[in-house]
Amino acid sequence: MKQRGITSFGAYVPRRRLPREAIASAVRWATPSMPGAAKGHRAICSHDEDSITMAVAATHHALDGLGGSGDPGSLFFASTTMPFADRQNAGLIAAASGLGDAAASADIGGSLKAGVTALRLALEGAGDSLVVAADKRQAKPGSPQELKYGDAAAAFSIGETELLAEFVCAHATSVDFTDHYRSSGASFDYVLEERWARDEGLSRIIPQAVTGLLEKAGIAATDIAHFVPAGLNPRDANSMAAACGIAAEAIPEEIISKAGDAGCAHPLLSLTLTLQNAGPGEFVLLLGYGQGAELILFRTTDRIGNAAPLIGARAMLADFVEDDNYLRFLSFNGLVEMDWGMRAERDNRTAQSAFFRHRHTVTGFVGGRCTECDTPQFPRTRVCVNPSCRSTGTQVKEPFADKRASVKSFTEDWLALSFNPPLIYGNIRFDGGGVTMLEFSDFAPGEVAVGSPLAMQFRIKDIDPQRGFRRYCWKAVPPRNLDGPRTVPPAKQGTTHHG
Amino acid sequence: MAEGIRDKVAIVGMGCTRFGERWDCSAEDLMVEAFEEALADANIERDRIEAAWFGLSSDDQGPGKSALSLSTALRLPNIAATRVENMCATGTEALRGAVYGVASGAYDVALALGVEKLKDTGYGGLPERTKGTFEDLWFPSVTAPGSFAQFASSYVEAHGIDMEQLKEAMAHVSWKSHENGAKNPKAHLRKRVDKDKILNAPMIAYPLGLFDCCGVSDGSACAIVTTPAIAEKLVGEGPMVTVKSMQLALSNGSEIGFDGWDGSYALTTRLASQRAYREAGIENPREELDLIEVHDCFSVTELVTMEDLGLSKPGEGWRDVLAGTYDADGEVPCNLDGGLKCFGHPIGATGLRMVYELYLQLRGQAGDRQLDTPKLGLTHNLGGFPNKNVCSISVIGTC
Repeated sequence: MKQRGITSFGAYVPRRRLPREAIASAVRWATPSMPGAAKGHRAICSHDEDSITMAVAATHHALDGLGGSGDPGSLFFASTTMPFADRQNAGLIAAASGLGDAAASADIGGSLKAGVTALRLALEGAGDSLVVAADKRQAKPGSPQELKYGDAAAAFSIGETELLAEFVCAHATSVDFTDHYRSSGASFDYVLEERWARDEGLSRIIPQAVTGLLEKAGIAATDIAHFVPAGLNPRDANSMAAACGIAAEAIPEEIISKAGDAGCAHPLLSLTLTLQNAGPGEFVLLLGYGQGAELILFRTTDRIGNAAPLIGARAMLADFVEDDNYLRFLSFNGLVEMDWGMRAERDNRTAQSAFFRHRHTVTGFVGGRCTECDTPQFPRTRVCVNPSCRSTGTQVKEPFADKRASVKSFTEDWLALSFNPPLIYGNIRFDGGGVTMLEFSDFAPGEVAVGSPLAMQFRIKDIDPQRGFRRYCWKAVPPRNLDGPRTVPPAKQGTTHHG
Repeated sequence: MAEGIRDKVAIVGMGCTRFGERWDCSAEDLMVEAFEEALADANIERDRIEAAWFGLSSDDQGPGKSALSLSTALRLPNIAATRVENMCATGTEALRGAVYGVASGAYDVALALGVEKLKDTGYGGLPERTKGTFEDLWFPSVTAPGSFAQFASSYVEAHGIDMEQLKEAMAHVSWKSHENGAKNPKAHLRKRVDKDKILNAPMIAYPLGLFDCCGVSDGSACAIVTTPAIAEKLVGEGPMVTVKSMQLALSNGSEIGFDGWDGSYALTTRLASQRAYREAGIENPREELDLIEVHDCFSVTELVTMEDLGLSKPGEGWRDVLAGTYDADGEVPCNLDGGLKCFGHPIGATGLRMVYELYLQLRGQAGDRQLDTPKLGLTHNLGGFPNKNVCSISVIGTC
């Protein structure tokens, strides 16, 4: 059997970060145990993001890392917050990531270790594969989870050539230890006492599983150069490392304080950071934890230096916009019902047969390129849009999802329905040709100008509460600044609703 | 080449309701109000009408599909009646149907009536509506102000002026509409508004403030058309009014989907107006047109339309607006009745309302707004969005 391992990865952390102090100061009246000084940020999805949209963004980053050479035959999606119970989430992510209908796909959930489980299944399988984990967990206002959780995704490309890290072995255990659970259909976790969770759970399950893995691998705990400790807080991570005999230095920089605990995506997110810090020939132990443990041992290759330019957690964490509006965060999560007016009563029923017919356009963001005049166009149509061409049936598929663009014209629309007003949209021009009009997201009022650069992202288009459906499309967003935090300019005079 | 319809059809009667929030009236009530005025004006019996074209845009907000509501409300004598819909050009499309019906020789007398009952939605602005099963899947949920607002960012970019300069010219457009509307007893909005208030109004869709946006109104307007030979016997005092040209241009997707349009103008207005001038025999519109009624759905639309109609040079429209060229006492008075901005915009009726103002002016019946013996006027509708739209142009004059 050929050696399998990691060939690329990509992370996605929403740009928007809520300072924990904004939560604490809003709920402290009701929760006397709230820490006096809540520190750091948690990453929060915008109103049009969920586990699927974050997964698509991370997957595109992982595919970018393959330099266009990737052609994965399968995609595994891990999440405990899948938008659909029966409509394969992984299939939608695969379609939005440019994988063809021939790709296999699977949803893997039910536990916070699901991300690592999915990675193991891909490593133990065959062919090139994508693994992506994303979570956007809800928490009750005032709960400790509200401070702790964060929204994020991470994706890994698994293959057999040009490996960054080799798969050495894996070890998994299943222990029905209910330190927390979330029933089907429930919005929130039910969380038991932390002391019991630590003393009877972590302290027994993790060392036992690590011992099992080390025996399988035939190495000593001290050989582990990097230990990625699931979503454990730094104190627990240190005590677990110590209990397993792993050096404290093996624990990577913690990211919970910056982004929150990203659920089943957290170990994978943390692994991106670890791989970008690792040297060649080092053992990396990845832990997933939840009703048992899931462990994967990797050994980095001489190519590990190629991980540095990939879009991992570090780049994503460095680029953020602070949003201290706690009420907006609650609204984004449906935890407070704002009055959106009668325009919100619009029926967003999806004509499923039309959607299926147009799935490559809508989900894949695939347009056309005329073979007669070479004009890129979106959407793809029967007759070429070029007034001096007008050829019929000459267009081949032209993917637009990874193109950059710039603003031709725009508006900030305070009348249109948006769950994060104003609705911003405009005519855009793609680099390399092609124009269309798209909705924009993630821009603050006053931030867009004619000529502003744009990147494309898969986002929620509309929610249909009447039928429990949500539809997705591609929107234009500001390109992530991977060199440091972005400063949102103050709104220009006259750009706000009340002048 | 086709010779067109110049002077082949006369307008012998017109009616128009007061536009506004007509809470006590149904669409049918409004239709009857406009029709009775037109019938009396034409001085004919209703049974002489042989065919009707009915303009209604939002059937779900009013009397439903087809022209049955027209036929029933007016108790028409079981004649041919057809509903037409072409966005904001709907009212003009009804007139085009009636005019072509007479010009073809199929009918001697035809009716065009437009109506819209917009104020039953329960909220401000135009009704929310589907964009179709495909575009609902991916196209932004745009509003009319948000779409037309983009003229502004493109215009500023194309002509190298500041947004503040454009905003000042836009404010002049709205100020002028309020001045004109204040004089019109049938207008929806009849208050004068100073420019400071316009410039400091709440933002609707950047950079359009509240006063840059037209009224959303209920209303109906109606025309009875016939052959010039018949008209000669019907027309009393005042000149006969004939149709000089009617042209329509629709986008074919190139503005939104092909990179040859900079967003600062309406391509269809340029095309339709050139065709209309040719059909009407107009060589210099700025000199020959005595008044114009244009589709000022938003102040910036009126401004760019002055360029698209060939009245101002590209990039100069904002200067001409500020210079008063299009004011009531200017070189080419525009929207003397208050325009969409202040007369109001019941979509299906709007095109016919514009013709109504020309008809009154040409016949010397415009009261306080009356110009000194105008002979030629133009109407313009722009429906849809700047990047994908329907434009109609009509030239109406004395014969």
